[in-house]
This record gives sequence, C-alpha cells and structure tokens, in this order.
Amino acid sequence: MHNESLDPRIRRAELESSPASSGLQQNEHWEPFAVFHQDKRGAAHEFVGIVHAPDAELALAFAKEQFGRRKKTVNLWVVRSSDIYTFQHEDDDMFSTAPEKTYRDASGYPVRKRINKYLDDLKEIERQHLQRAS
Amino acid sequence: MYGNAYIEPDAKPAINGQVEDPEKLEIFEARIARGEKIEPDDWMPAEYRRQVLRMIEQHAHSEIIGALPEGTWITRAPTLKRKLALIAKVQDEVGHGHLLYSAAETLGKSREAMINDLINGKSKYSNIFNYPAKSWADIAVIGFLVDAGAIVNQLANAKGSYGPYCRALERICYEESFHLKQGYDAFVALAVGTPAQRAMLQDALNRWWFPPMMHFFGPPDTISVHTEKLMRWKVKMMSNEDMRQDFLEQYVPKIWELGMTLPDPALKKLEDGKWQYTQPDWDEFFRVINGDGPCNKERLAVRRYAEENGRWVREAMMKPEMKRMVPYA
Repeated sequence: MHNESLDPRIRRAELESSPASSGLQQNEHWEPFAVFHQDKRGAAHEFVGIVHAPDAELALAFAKEQFGRRKKTVNLWVVRSSDIYTFQHEDDDMFSTAPEKTYRDASGYPVRKRINKYLDDLKEIERQHLQRAS
Repeated sequence: MYGNAYIEPDAKPAINGQVEDPEKLEIFEARIARGEKIEPDDWMPAEYRRQVLRMIEQHAHSEIIGALPEGTWITRAPTLKRKLALIAKVQDEVGHGHLLYSAAETLGKSREAMINDLINGKSKYSNIFNYPAKSWADIAVIGFLVDAGAIVNQLANAKGSYGPYCRALERICYEESFHLKQGYDAFVALAVGTPAQRAMLQDALNRWWFPPMMHFFGPPDTISVHTEKLMRWKVKMMSNEDMRQDFLEQYVPKIWELGMTLPDPALKKLEDGKWQYTQPDWDEFFRVINGDGPCNKERLAVRRYAEENGRWVREAMMKPEMKRMVPYA
C-alpha cells in the first residue's frame, strides 16, 4: 500500500538508503529555558512557556519565533529553567495566614467607626445636659 | 491543527497491581469534580499521569507529522498570498508541537524519549496524516476540514483537568481559528472558481471524506469502566461520536452551500437533529494506525532523516554541564 512520495524533495533525499536511527541521547535537545514576554515598555514580563536551547542567545532566537511571531511584543526574557528557585507547592500553607493579616492593610484601621462613636457619645452627653438644665 | 481527536485506547492497567492511596485519590477526584486544574507537582494517580502524558504526547506528534503533507506544498502554492498563509500555518503547527511537548515534559518524560518513541514507531499520531496530499485542493480541504475537526476536539479538551495542557490548548485554539479561516478561504476560492478548479476540489473532497475525515474522531466509544474513568478524570471530555456529530452539524452545510457533494449517499440530518452517515471501514482504520497506510513509512522516514541529519549540529552545541530538568509549568 506504500506509494512513492509526491514531494520531489523527499524523493531526492533517498530516504530508503538513510541509516536506521540510533536514537537520541539524553540532552540532545539541550536544556529548557523559561520565556517571559513583555507587551509594552515598563509592563511586567509574563511567563509564557519554555524553549529548548543550548545557550541563552539561541534561547532568545527560538523564543522570538515561538512567542513573538504574532501580536505585540517589545521584549522577551529567557532564564535557564534550572536557575529558577521555587518553593514546593506542598509547603504553600506558609502563606495561608497572609490574607488574614489585616494589620498590614489600610482596611485594618477603621478610624471612621471610632470617630462616629465619639461624635454619637458627645451628642448623648449634650442631650443629657440639656435635659438636666430644663 | 491538528488535534488528535482519536487517542488510541489502552486499557492495560498502568502499573501492575498498584493501588492508589484511597484518601489521596478521593481528594484528587473531588478537586477535578469542583473544576480545579491539576498542576505538575500535585499528587495524581499513576494511571492519570500515564493517560494524560500519552494523550499530550500523541497530540504533539500529530502536530509535527501533520506539518509534513502541508509543508510539501509550500513551494507549489498558487499565489504569494497563499504561500505566506501556508508558511505561517506550518510554522504554527510546529510551534504547537513544541508547546505540547513542553506540557508533556512537565509529567516527567524527556523530549528526547518522546521523539525516540515516535521515530521508532512506538508512539502513535493522528491517522489522517498517513494519507497523501495530492493536489493544491487537498491543502484547501486539509486547512478547512482537518483543522475544523481539530478545533472541535481541542475546544473540548481545553476544558480538561490537566493545567499545562489546557493552557497550551488555549493558545493553540487561537491560532487554529486562523488556520481554519485561511483553509475555508482557499476552499471557497476553488469552489467558486473555474470548472477545472471545482473538479479538483471535488476530487480532493471525495478522497478526504472517506476514509480520513470519517475516521478522524475514531470509532464510536465502547462504554467501559476505563472510558468512564477517563471522563470522570476529565482526560476525555467528549465521546468520539459526539465530536463527529458536532463536526457534521457545523461543516456539512458549509460544503453543501457551495454546491459541492460528499461521497456518502446516506448522509443527512435526521429529524431528531442527529446526522446519519455510512460507517467507514474501521478495519482499515486499525490497519493504518498500525503502520499500513499509504504514507506511514514516508512520514516516519522523513522525521528520522531530519533527526539523523540534524544531529551533528545539536551535538556540536551540547555542553557536558547540561542538566535534565522537568519544567515547572
């Protein structure tokens, strides 16, 4: 059921006579680099994915092809994935109390409530004074 | 493209006799039921890891192999505009392959191991690319219908449970919408063209409908405990038959509207809204998947040739201190 290739370039390559694959070795496709994309000057670079490259220079070239070929890009960062340090997700309870720390937040200081109570108390004292005077 | 609408089922137990921790399994299934995404360093059953990896890997191979029949036509595109579109599309497909290999790598298999499994014939890819693209009209039909089929499949899968796969699919679907539209544009150009152009398009449609397009989503699923589990884990999002029905509903009217025909006299929409069609030869489907299609040998030979002949460049740039690294996301 196999037919000859319709592509003249493939016919010229004489694939039948090419050697059997000995298989790729470990790291033959190099190392992963994380790519960070920036869509306007001054905006935060956002993680968009990885490319495999032998060094930063080629990682940038591949990142441009893979993540900068459409839409607006002003710059890209690449970082060797093995140079990124991170916490383990199973330890994420270390951050769990952060949203409760209202003392680190403007919302933790409801001064208006206290002022209103003070003003209400004042009015009450004034009312009692007037009552006693009459 | 290209989606790999049909994922070869593999019902073998993952690791013989392995029993998952029932408590962890319950938390895992509850997270999926709540619509949460599973991320690379989350606990997951070995069977989930194996099935998701297998699906993403097959999809990645399909993108790379799928670029071959279309790439063939870049040098013979009929106009500069069509050539630009085809170059852009083929580059996108290879880019999709890379995005998907990256997502698969987060599950622990190296890119080299995946490529080895492809070129040694161990991994599968979408059957549709084992058929030849004989004329320019084939490129129009592939760009329109194969990409349309892929979108049906990928939009469903983008709602699945594995985070990195969903994120890759989001970007892929965005680019696919351009592929579909440029394919439709090329299809319409031939359909409203000269009698010779219409005849060329009709010939391509006839060849791509039966069997490749009707095989695209795979045979109707057998209801099994295995399928049911993959659905519950949101690995498989839609049954093969539902995807096929969705595809027929959306695209058959677009083909008929142009006065083109499809080589299936039984094809029609029934009163209950379902499409009736003639079952394709599923024996042929399995024969082609297992290597005996018109182009299987050529596709893998081209891929092997590229790896073998590019090796000296890659080796020259390898450094001894390079580390194997599972990407975080």
